[in-house]
Amino acid sequence: MRIMAQIAMVMNLDKCIGCHTCSVTCKQTWTNRPGVEYVWFNNVETRPGQGYPRRYEDQDRWRGGWTLDRKGRLQLRAGGRLRKLLTIFANPLLPSIQDYYEPWTYDYENLTRAPLSADVPVAPPRSLLSNQPTKIEWSANWDDDLGGDPSPDPVLAQVSEQVRLSFEEAYMFYLPRICEHCLNPSCVASCPSGALYKREEDGIVLVDQDRCRGWRMCVTGCPYKKVYFNHRTGKAEKCTFCFPRVEVGLPTVCSETCVGRLRYIGVLLYDADRVAEAAATPDERDLYEAQLDLFADPHDPVVAAAAQAAGLPAEWLEAARRSPVYDLVKRYRIALPLHPEYRTLPMVWYVPPLSPVVDALAGTGHDGEDAVNLFAAIDALRIPVSYLAGLFTAGDPAPVTAALRKLAAMRSYMRAVNLGRPPVLPPEAGMSEEDLAAMYRLLALAKYDERYVI
Amino acid sequence: MSAQDVLLRTGRFLRRSAATSGDLHTLRLAGGTEGDAFYRDRWSHDKVVRSTHGVNCTGSCSWKVYVKDGIITWETQETDYPSVGPDRPEYEPRGCPRGAAFSWYTYSPTRIRYPYARGVLVEMYAEARERLGDPVAAWAEVTGDPEKRRAYQRARGRGGLVRVSWDLAAEMVAAAHVHTISAYGPDRIAGFSPIPAMSMVSHAIGSRFVSLLGGTMLSFYDWYADLPVASPQVFGDQTDVPESADWWDAAYLMMWGSNVPVTRTPDAHWMAEARYRGQKVVVVSPDFSDAAKFADEFLSVRPGTDGALAMAMGHVLLKEFFVERDTPSFTGYVKRFTDLPFLVRLERRDGRHVPGRFLTARDLGLQEEAAEWKTVLLSRNGRPVVPNGSAGFRWSESGKGRWNLDLGTDPKLTVMDDWSQAAEVLLPRFDGGEPVVRGVPVTRINGHLVTTVYDLLLAQYGVRRPGLPGDWPEGYEDAARPYTPAWQEPITGVPAERAARLAREFARTAEATGGRCMIIMGAGAAQWFHGDTIYRAFLSLLLLTGCQGRNGGGWAHYVGQEKCRPLAGWGVLASAADWVRPARMVPGTPFWYLHTGQWRYDRFDAGELASPVGPGVFRGRRTADLVAEAVRNGWMPMAPAFDRNPLELGEAADPVAYTREELRAGRLRYAAENPEDPRNWPRVLTLWRSNLFGSSAKGNEYFLHHLLGATSNLEHPDPEAASGKLDLLVTLDFRMTSSTVFSDVVLPAATWYEKHDLSSTDMHPFVHAFNPAISPPWETRTDFAAFHTIARAFSDLARERLGVRRDVVATAHQHDTPSELSHDREPALHVVERDYGAVAEQLAALGPLTERLGLPVKGVTFRPDEEVAWLGVRCGLVPRGVAKGRPELDTDAKACEAILALSGASNGRLAVQGFRELAERTGTDLSGLADEGHRIVFSDTQARPVHVSTSPEWSGKESPGRRYAPFTINVEHGKPWHTLTGRMHFFLDHDWMHEYGEALPVYRPPLDLAALFGESGRLRYLTPHSKWSIHSEYQDNLLMLSLSRGGPSIWMSDEDAARLGVADNDWVEAVNRNGVVVARAIVSHRMPPGTVYMYHAQDRLIDVPLSEATGRRGGIHNALTRVLIKPTHLIGGHAQLSYGFNYFGPTGNQRDELTTIRRRSQEVRY
Repeated sequence: MRIMAQIAMVMNLDKCIGCHTCSVTCKQTWTNRPGVEYVWFNNVETRPGQGYPRRYEDQDRWRGGWTLDRKGRLQLRAGGRLRKLLTIFANPLLPSIQDYYEPWTYDYENLTRAPLSADVPVAPPRSLLSNQPTKIEWSANWDDDLGGDPSPDPVLAQVSEQVRLSFEEAYMFYLPRICEHCLNPSCVASCPSGALYKREEDGIVLVDQDRCRGWRMCVTGCPYKKVYFNHRTGKAEKCTFCFPRVEVGLPTVCSETCVGRLRYIGVLLYDADRVAEAAATPDERDLYEAQLDLFADPHDPVVAAAAQAAGLPAEWLEAARRSPVYDLVKRYRIALPLHPEYRTLPMVWYVPPLSPVVDALAGTGHDGEDAVNLFAAIDALRIPVSYLAGLFTAGDPAPVTAALRKLAAMRSYMRAVNLGRPPVLPPEAGMSEEDLAAMYRLLALAKYDERYVI
Repeated sequence: MSAQDVLLRTGRFLRRSAATSGDLHTLRLAGGTEGDAFYRDRWSHDKVVRSTHGVNCTGSCSWKVYVKDGIITWETQETDYPSVGPDRPEYEPRGCPRGAAFSWYTYSPTRIRYPYARGVLVEMYAEARERLGDPVAAWAEVTGDPEKRRAYQRARGRGGLVRVSWDLAAEMVAAAHVHTISAYGPDRIAGFSPIPAMSMVSHAIGSRFVSLLGGTMLSFYDWYADLPVASPQVFGDQTDVPESADWWDAAYLMMWGSNVPVTRTPDAHWMAEARYRGQKVVVVSPDFSDAAKFADEFLSVRPGTDGALAMAMGHVLLKEFFVERDTPSFTGYVKRFTDLPFLVRLERRDGRHVPGRFLTARDLGLQEEAAEWKTVLLSRNGRPVVPNGSAGFRWSESGKGRWNLDLGTDPKLTVMDDWSQAAEVLLPRFDGGEPVVRGVPVTRINGHLVTTVYDLLLAQYGVRRPGLPGDWPEGYEDAARPYTPAWQEPITGVPAERAARLAREFARTAEATGGRCMIIMGAGAAQWFHGDTIYRAFLSLLLLTGCQGRNGGGWAHYVGQEKCRPLAGWGVLASAADWVRPARMVPGTPFWYLHTGQWRYDRFDAGELASPVGPGVFRGRRTADLVAEAVRNGWMPMAPAFDRNPLELGEAADPVAYTREELRAGRLRYAAENPEDPRNWPRVLTLWRSNLFGSSAKGNEYFLHHLLGATSNLEHPDPEAASGKLDLLVTLDFRMTSSTVFSDVVLPAATWYEKHDLSSTDMHPFVHAFNPAISPPWETRTDFAAFHTIARAFSDLARERLGVRRDVVATAHQHDTPSELSHDREPALHVVERDYGAVAEQLAALGPLTERLGLPVKGVTFRPDEEVAWLGVRCGLVPRGVAKGRPELDTDAKACEAILALSGASNGRLAVQGFRELAERTGTDLSGLADEGHRIVFSDTQARPVHVSTSPEWSGKESPGRRYAPFTINVEHGKPWHTLTGRMHFFLDHDWMHEYGEALPVYRPPLDLAALFGESGRLRYLTPHSKWSIHSEYQDNLLMLSLSRGGPSIWMSDEDAARLGVADNDWVEAVNRNGVVVARAIVSHRMPPGTVYMYHAQDRLIDVPLSEATGRRGGIHNALTRVLIKPTHLIGGHAQLSYGFNYFGPTGNQRDELTTIRRRSQEVRY
């Protein structure tokens, strides 16, 4: 056992209002400069939707992440390193700028400078790349709030049983995304220059700007398309987990500015020796459990001793013990990884969105506030469980259902408390009253010092 | 081992200070932080400054502004709000993507860096100035010469702005003011700047300047249609709502016509989190909105029919919780806190009866003071009782100590008993049927046939009781008769069973929790022509279930309802009441209705929308006639008031007597009677903190044509109506908008990161500061500095030319003053002395009326003598001139200090004094509500947001341990509402309410525009609030444009799009009789068929091509809307139905509109 520490994030999608404040504060802080106009280290997608860049989840096309070769060994989906080395001067498999979007501005100067003319002055759009007039056709958030046609969504394609895109059955939720700072990062493995690295102390994945040679293999390698190419400097850039802030105990910009208060930052301890083994788990549906299994219990004296032996500072261990991420991921098991089937062992996890539940029940005539009915209704969610499973559990509905049940049980239990009735916690919820109370505290009260333990 | 692994293993040894993981997948670099100096450097900054965004938004979020090398780099939210309790979520962080994108403006190419003026105007003015040697004469000549006037008016909005110096700009503006005051009168000068709470000093400084001149300040809250007229009607209060932390207390939350995640972004988390506390969330909205994502139940309701659903819910509630069984907590509540037990006289009409006025003490034959304003109920043993608390006790000498909610008896809700007789009452319906006839129990008192409001309410809602005659619904399934669940189903599209179940759940939760059911209601329900009826139907649900005045319960109206918490202090500064009283404060909607010529396009009879069983007082008249009548009656003020200069009236020995005599003789007319007469035009309009022409101007094309004389997209402008009324349009802003491009003079404003100011909201209980992160760059100036510049230029020109004058000011019967109970049908007249040469000095000092007359606020008067002395020490005393010895207000920071010192919410001494005065009137103990030691000074707000305290300025209690909910003082301390009965009203007994058939809650469908205007459009055209802007602010911001579709867009359903042959992102044109909009389509299955959304305030300046229909630039979202005055909003002098600035007045509603959309050529030209 080799204990290492990773700073990780959980986002509670049940609370995300899709406001994009995180995207804007991140962009203003990090990427509002030439060369990265199109880059959003943090973006928010409406799901179902195509995402940014368009259809990035279609790995048949983009070939990001890892696969298992015939011997069951991990291999970059885009091809082995030798193949990379041999084709280094060829165009890597990359989304085009149109798949991200062609950034633009407007002729704002017209508004003050226009001479006396026939009509009201106007600022038409102009491409920031070509400086030519342009028609805006796509953006980093084109399908916001179900705008346009979400049906090319690759996850939707997997939800074969029913595709519900009618007004009557409309559903949506928001998915904020940053770099996953994976335990098994395929971007790092893809880099021919060794410019990408995972920081020893906290697991943050960074690009060494001095070393990067602009091969862009990392862009191909990342299945989340969270490494970007700066066309001005010719180097790769990516989310840094705001390391200059995190190092001094501040949460990332996207977290601190999240007005939905849905982000949690904390330390996870994991067994570094077993990372490759976990990533090579044969059945992709077992990857979630395999990754969970890597996370060590910081309260376990054996783990503590191992952590100490590995040189982990005592305050990191203490932080790991108070980690909201550990609680949400491992203790309550309500947070799930995004696309575990990419085998990168991502470290930004998500609490799936619960609502609306009762709505689905109302049609059946059941009392939606009854806990037992609530459980029964989870399969009848407006948001299909299969869609959530396609995002978070390689298609396995069981962990999603279990997480949603806990959320539903908590609401039902607390409603009884709220109305002055005796609360009941059904055993199907799979949790104790103590855990429920602690989970409630973390999700509902979500105090600043409990959201961010750094 | 494969070849590639060999290569990698070899590579390991060539690398310094790096470790490769055993599996070769990961490269680990210890101490790699040096390699990323770029990001470390980027994060570094020199200072962080607290400020906020003075945009028209209720967020009032405190922000950190980062500055590096003297440049503003970016902003993130502050997280240091005081805690609201250990057992609930906190306010941190507050903010939204729009605020986060603000710093983009600072150095953006749309920033206005210098003063500008229209080139043609500058040339003509400079020539005349040179020739005549006098600015005022030059202005008079340019504006008086029809050709010159036409030349610069036609150039409005067509470019050709030139840079001018501040001196020249200020001189032109000052000259225009002096000329207008002298030639036409000060009330021809108007100022428009909305929502003081968002930056109190910036608002107050301009409003103060305008008010010192005797100019007109125009209201905004009613004009925006954000004012829920139902609030003054029912509560006698403008709007008072819970802070968002109180959502947490609610056990049942309906979001009805309100899209909380979009419009209340920083507050939305309370809703998401309260669900974890077991709160049930119901969303009612036409589309699958952002809010619907959080709903336990989502009800798609047809636009504008929400009232029908609420009426049906009320039917269920009355039947199941009042008639079939008694719910003690509900009946106890309505008896004490609503008008339900009060008696109403019935009048004969068409062989049957109709409800008339409340029975009053005078009807009982009592001769006591104000007997006609004291309402009556029946005691438990059936005797008439005049209980304390009605308006008659509020203003009379004898009422002292009796204005309270002590009933003295357990009143009867109904007159029904074993012996009562029944009368058949005619009740109007507006959903297509004839008036219904329903029986109510009656009794006779002192010769008057009476029943209770409760009895009328049951008849109105169609809830049958045995033994009463009339036409009643058979049951919930009866679809033919209002207001059953089955009746509403075909109207709203909501299944009958769901409507009934919701009502039941709502009431049961209220019963179980002591009234912790809340309805968040918003623009989607409020901004209809009949939005007040929709709201009254909502409020009825809350009143009947005892939810109002409870934490976690009641209404939560969140539309433009900003709360300027330090109200009294802001009020005195903004109205210049420290120097001159009263100020001219005019309702915006009728002002624009008259002066933009829109009244001429209402060609239908004002009786068209009246009740068939009303008295018929509107028949044969036009809406504009009713506006004029309201002005004549002294119900509403108007500007100008008369067709003569009020300074001329002031020259008479007794100006008031002279003015009355001239009116009586017919030599003097009200200007509202002839808005086309050039003597009656507004001449100067100043906009600041506002983009009227790119945002709120409903009937935008009428504004352009008639008010400005600019080219418009109006297809058939009325050739007989005036065009080009304004001599001067001035806008202060930091960015280019429709208002600046149509302005004659544009002044460069400092941004919110470049000045001192104060911010507050009703969404949270804190006051916090704006602070300059940098000095105003280029030639920009703060609003504070800009108005001082103008005032100095004005005073210099005015000293000799205008001197000291007497001004005759006409005011309406004012709510919360004794005049609200007036039988006079004429305005009050006041003589105000104005020292025009001293305006600049007065602007910069706190005047003597502050302590001499005190600060009136909602019926009490603060006496800030100690505070004025304190301010003199804190701010310094003016050494000379007319303001000698007065506290200085010569900086924005001192103005902040004065606002906080002079308000009860921030100064406990004043709050305590106000409650003491109030207690004399109520005769109850109100001590302990406020804390004398509570005091906020400006530096406190600069350090962190500070909690305000309970004050007579507001109706709710608050403290660090208590969340703010409105009317908790009323409910917990028996303090009356500011209404006729002193209770919350279901029944409104004014003649004009009867004329419109709205004395009781009623369902009124959206207007039939085909019948009224011949409108041929079929698609419902709605303009909800945008996700990517706060009104027009930010819609031009590159970050917001990059996250949205990058220009004007219209949402439509996939079904409608298919029918029209429109694909996502196609260019389309939306037209109707009012104008044309060119935009790109967003096609989505979340939209209901038949309805399109053009999100609010997409200005014409960004990516708007020329229209195919007119060949001209497409219009803004309000190009397709126009002003429609609802006459019942004009009522005055009738207790709560009395005028108050932004309190009561016709709304600029705009949701009843229709449009036709077609796909246009995809080749667009700009």
